[in-house]
Amino acid sequence: MGIEQKVGDMGAVTMRLDQAVNWARTYAMWPMLVGLACCAIEMMAGQGARYDMSRFGMELMRATPRQSDLMIISGRVTRKMAPVLRLLYDQMPSPKWVLSMGDCASCGGIFNNYAIVQGVDEIMPVDVYVAGCPPRPEALVHGILTLHEKVRGETLKTWA
Amino acid sequence: MNNDLQAALSALVERFDAEVQEFRGQTTLVIAPEHIANACQVLRDEFDFNFLEEETAVDYWPEQEPRFHVVYQLYSLEKHLRLGVRVPVSGKSPSLPSLVDLFANANWREREIWDMFGIRFEGHPDLRRILMPHDWQGHPLRKDYPLGYEEVQFSFNAKEIDQDKPYAEE
Repeated sequence: MGIEQKVGDMGAVTMRLDQAVNWARTYAMWPMLVGLACCAIEMMAGQGARYDMSRFGMELMRATPRQSDLMIISGRVTRKMAPVLRLLYDQMPSPKWVLSMGDCASCGGIFNNYAIVQGVDEIMPVDVYVAGCPPRPEALVHGILTLHEKVRGETLKTWA
Repeated sequence: MNNDLQAALSALVERFDAEVQEFRGQTTLVIAPEHIANACQVLRDEFDFNFLEEETAVDYWPEQEPRFHVVYQLYSLEKHLRLGVRVPVSGKSPSLPSLVDLFANANWREREIWDMFGIRFEGHPDLRRILMPHDWQGHPLRKDYPLGYEEVQFSFNAKEIDQDKPYAEE
């Protein structure tokens, strides 16, 4: 099985345009290094050898927002850091997605006080939330796969 | 107790009417706000306490009056001596002279005390907020500042709280 069966004599394969574009986007989605706090350790563990995220397309983490597609916000967002994160989000070229990793980024976590933004969706639109304190690397991988499913469901009408 | 420390303590008690407290080998002097600048100058110049290790404040509202205690920890690098100095400051427009010209690292410490407690420091070159955003109202570490930030969402009040929460659309 494989692409040779479908290709046939002419060497051409037909698929819908949005399927092709979404396939390309999901399998080469490079995250941006926004490791803020403890969840960043689990994100790094997820990128390591045992729970390899490269097999899902996240080959490397770009430190610059200009070359990344996915922003994994891992960790507590303080009030002072919030405008910086918004600036980074604005600097990312679309198509871009945001994955909020951990409890503190999703809802403020255990820190219900003056210093922590209660959920990063106060400052930017989030696509997938991953719960956990911190979420295991496997939970993060599950979140990434959920994001892939969401991206595969996008159609031409949503882009235009 | 160490002789140098004893000499410093008796000089300060005599000149500035300080009170000595000792607890488990740590000495603390309690000095009034009017004398603090001169006292620290004397400690730095005559008794070689040339390193300001720490400068913070404590809020004892409503148990004690005066409400704030500003705490300095001084250290002598040559003689290896530590001394704590406490200054009781009242709650009504609290202010103290700044120690920036004596110890340069008091700059950010005093900015933090201004940000968190609202104690002004006269003579500070750049007194502005350091931890909170610059347009924040209130001083968070005071005891009458609210402890939480938003109401906890349970299933019975989830929808009402959700309607008031700010969500970013784009």
